[in-house]
Amino acid sequence: MDFRSNLNKVLSEGKFAVTAEIGPPKGSDANVIIKKAENLIGCADAFNITDNQTAVVRLSSLSGCSILLKMNLEPIMQISCRDRNRIALQSDVLGASAIGVRNILFITGDHQLFGNHPDAKGVYDLDSIQLIQIVKNMRDEGIFQSGDRIISGNPEIYIGGVANPFADPFNYRVDRLEKKIDAGSDFIQTQSVFNLDKFNIWMDEVRSRGLDTKVHILAGITPLKSIKMTERMKFNVPGVDIPDHIYDKMKKAEDPKKEGYNIAYDLICEVKKIKGVHGIHITALFWEEIISKLVKETGLYPRPI
Amino acid sequence: MIITRQKNFEDILCSVEKGPVFLIGCSECATLCHTGGEEEVLAIKKKFEKKNIKVTGWVILDPACHFLNDKRLLKSHINEINLAEKILVLACGNGIQTVSEIFDKSDIISGTDTLFLGEIKRLTDFQRRCSLCGDCLLDLFGGLCPISRCPKEMLNGPCGGSIKGKCEINTDLECIWDIIYSHLREKGQLNKLKAIQKPKDWSKSIEMGRIL
Repeated sequence: MDFRSNLNKVLSEGKFAVTAEIGPPKGSDANVIIKKAENLIGCADAFNITDNQTAVVRLSSLSGCSILLKMNLEPIMQISCRDRNRIALQSDVLGASAIGVRNILFITGDHQLFGNHPDAKGVYDLDSIQLIQIVKNMRDEGIFQSGDRIISGNPEIYIGGVANPFADPFNYRVDRLEKKIDAGSDFIQTQSVFNLDKFNIWMDEVRSRGLDTKVHILAGITPLKSIKMTERMKFNVPGVDIPDHIYDKMKKAEDPKKEGYNIAYDLICEVKKIKGVHGIHITALFWEEIISKLVKETGLYPRPI
Repeated sequence: MIITRQKNFEDILCSVEKGPVFLIGCSECATLCHTGGEEEVLAIKKKFEKKNIKVTGWVILDPACHFLNDKRLLKSHINEINLAEKILVLACGNGIQTVSEIFDKSDIISGTDTLFLGEIKRLTDFQRRCSLCGDCLLDLFGGLCPISRCPKEMLNGPCGGSIKGKCEINTDLECIWDIIYSHLREKGQLNKLKAIQKPKDWSKSIEMGRIL
């Protein structure tokens, strides 16, 4: 790779990275993204722009990235396999690289049944591992999935993937991470960590296979804003593991917002200590304004540190 | 087997309008699915007659997807069919189209929704098993198909929504990747899951005909 994204620089210099998520609006108003981003300037090394997350139609991730680039902020574009086939996916990777996007996170995507268009036909022409391998080949070898050659400019993309250390079958989870690394992932953002014990078991296996030296793992952090959100995540969001002790804490809390903040604060302090964790990825759903406080008080400010 | 579901009678009524109607069932899949066997054809005949819609006759094709058999069997019903404004077919999408080919001037009404290629688990329990993709990969996954049985058609392992053996989209649905994993673990063949499965060749799924 001749290029270096800021995230790539931070991670390869061995610094503890911070990324944060910005969810685009259900509408075409760019100011929503601009406002969210303004509150986060200086708090993270790069910002994820989600791709119609939970299968709800929102402003496109490519446009969201373009808005951030105009603000001189570094985006991590998210691309899901749910809505596009290999032709459109490769085309979007070229287009993203052309406008200056240097990080893309590839995911298979939440099933369309969960979103606001459950009647839609899901595409799933590729899965995330296949897409990661295709983009690595586009970048490093200059070839498309079909074997056809790229004529004018390989995409310059720092390749990201996701991992869920909490889903089943649990014993297969590190195998799947290894496949994502073999496919070409440079960095990994994990599902939000609440169950530290399970995360540690997963990380033990990651280290014992030496995978932490092959990929940069960023642990997911989600501050819980309310008891309603906690319950929604615990009972309704597939793949999220909120242990009972955290649920109880939130239930008993007089000020759930404060409790949720404290839990997130403690989790960050804990994951920082885990060998092989090279950063955090903060997803503060509808609570982006808390990110700056969280980053500052956990000693991760100013960026990078 | 091709699994079908009978449409709501109200919807069928809308399509049949005032009739008169000729009824066609199928001796194979639709009979086993209880959507278009003799029993179901006679039941729907009764319902039409209750609504004062004339049924000119009925036949069970053997099976409906067999073009030459259909022509032979339908010949003996030609007078009843000529009296009908509509022909209601209780068979799979294939069977219905075979009938359409024979009676290209009549209004053919589909009385079923064709769901999938599946197996009969129990008398009334049918499960999807094959997507007819034209490029069988079953030997890679211990004889279990993630294309037809995973809602995301994932070829490289389960998504992050697999919880306690169940699929994220429906807790009644088993996660096929959970089954593939435990199946191969028992056989000592987990190494099969380490290789990255390349993108599928979907060009093989658009074969439109085959001549022996």
